[in-house]
Amino acid sequence: MGSLNLKSIRKAFGNHEVLKGIDLEVKDGEFVIFVGPSGCGKSTLLRVIAGLEDATSGSVQIDGQEVITTPPAKRGIAMVFQSYALYPHLTVKDNMGLGLKQMGAPKAEVDAKVAKASNMLSLEPYLARRPAELSGGQRQRVAIGRAIVREPKLFLFDEPLSNLDAALRVNTRLEIARLHRSLKATMIYVTHDQVEAMTLADKIVVLNAGQIEQVGSPMELYNKPANTFVAGFIGSPQMNFIEAGKLGDTEAKTIGIRPEHITLSRESGDWKGKVIHVEHLGADTILYLETEVTGLLTVRLFGEHKYEVDDVVYSTPNKAAMHRFGADDRVLR
Amino acid sequence: MSKARISPLRSSFVHLALAGYTVVALFPVVLTILNSLKDKNAIFRTPLQPPTAETFSLIGYTTVLKQGDFIGYFQNSLIVTVISIFFALLFGAMAAFALSEYRFRGNTLMGLYLAIGIMIPIRLGTVAILQGMVATGLVNTLTALILVYTAQGLPLAIFILSEFMRTVSDDLKNAGRIDGLSEYAIFFRLVLPLVRPAMATVAVFTMIPIWNDLWFPLILAPGEATKTVTLGSQVFIGQFVTNWNAVLAALSLAIFPVLILYVIFSRQLIRGITAGAVK
Repeated sequence: MGSLNLKSIRKAFGNHEVLKGIDLEVKDGEFVIFVGPSGCGKSTLLRVIAGLEDATSGSVQIDGQEVITTPPAKRGIAMVFQSYALYPHLTVKDNMGLGLKQMGAPKAEVDAKVAKASNMLSLEPYLARRPAELSGGQRQRVAIGRAIVREPKLFLFDEPLSNLDAALRVNTRLEIARLHRSLKATMIYVTHDQVEAMTLADKIVVLNAGQIEQVGSPMELYNKPANTFVAGFIGSPQMNFIEAGKLGDTEAKTIGIRPEHITLSRESGDWKGKVIHVEHLGADTILYLETEVTGLLTVRLFGEHKYEVDDVVYSTPNKAAMHRFGADDRVLR
Repeated sequence: MSKARISPLRSSFVHLALAGYTVVALFPVVLTILNSLKDKNAIFRTPLQPPTAETFSLIGYTTVLKQGDFIGYFQNSLIVTVISIFFALLFGAMAAFALSEYRFRGNTLMGLYLAIGIMIPIRLGTVAILQGMVATGLVNTLTALILVYTAQGLPLAIFILSEFMRTVSDDLKNAGRIDGLSEYAIFFRLVLPLVRPAMATVAVFTMIPIWNDLWFPLILAPGEATKTVTLGSQVFIGQFVTNWNAVLAALSLAIFPVLILYVIFSRQLIRGITAGAVK
């Protein structure tokens, strides 16, 4: 009851093309995340799906029905905004019920649905308050509640956690994951934070400069990035990119190796180098090395390690976890 | 919230300056009111003296209330001012919403065109306006004044309100669209309440020139039935003899309605500022 089909969506503002032909299929009940750097067109794509922006060309189908000319309210969607976008003059209860009221639902039904949603999000104590009397996290929960009340075919989230502080972000992330499990609804979520993408998504869509770079499950993107952009975008700290020539590989242009796939030793190894900076995070230790063969190299070790700046170390990559990219930046298989 | 500490010397200087300005601003008003309560001799002999038991006289007020239909003049002024402000705010806000919300060809040009009225006084068009009013048979009606003043108030209203409307969050309007609010509902129920402080500002700036205007009432509606207060007071100013008691009394009376309107709007203004923000 909530599939989405995008066919060659294009969007241009004047001469500037923001979306350059997006094709995407989202199955019912999937949690899909659009991720990409700022300006990649992910929010615009979400707005096109919502009907808040008109696509220059292309087709949007929700549940197999063409909706490109349908106004947002009739598309069967609900949206949660980064800035919450609550109606400042309405109480929490009225904020949540407005959409249904506009559709002409009877009052009893509106009340029942608002009660159910506020129960799910533990918002009952705040129903009579106005948005100005709530904290940021509570406001975002109200915004999510407003979406739930509409019982949409499609939930759209536009960077919903960006305005929350770190601790609340984790809590709200959990809440959204739980919500997806219990509602079994189709959700489309935009973020620039790859941690959110990796932790929440069934399917991640990596966008760059108005085009889809790769679509896949979080682990697919992590283990089998299709090109250097995805390889660099997914995973933190970023994957190391080494000129293939330096390693004697003439076929590939770039070799990628994730920081966690390199082991260190003080005695022997493939690449000799010097430590230039160490970050101790407790669970991880992140070292930045200047090696003779590869230049700057980031290494991630699990647990605590006593390396210091200017220590001489030998690093050895796990050959099986290396990624080889050709001259067009695409992976060589 | 803790207040930054200001040295008492500095704050007393600030207060001195503000008090000085207040005195300068209030002086003519107070002088007018004081003198309106004195007899004619006292006005000229001791213009700065407050009315004493000897010089106190209400002759000005009785003349004003006896001569002509002063209550009627007040009524005309109020009707014209209130209705003009209403229309200037309504149409100004609607135009401002369209200019700030929708992308269409010629948007910027349209905005400029509508703002030109701020720089070019409407009085330059008096002859054409008069001809138009004569042709439509609107001379000597309050409608004529309302139309002219609405037009006069629009440029500033559009200019200020469109700037403010740009600051209303797009997400909020989009949330309204998804919830099925029409564009009118978004305008009246979401945007207008949020720009209320700006509306109050515009109302005050629009109101005062309308209330004080002598030009258009004199030209478009000089008839007894449509006289405004400002025009009505002119009967006491003659070429050779001026009834100063009456003029001062009329002016004093004319202050109060506009003062009341101002208080209403300025309270709105403060309430608008202190109401909870969007985020």
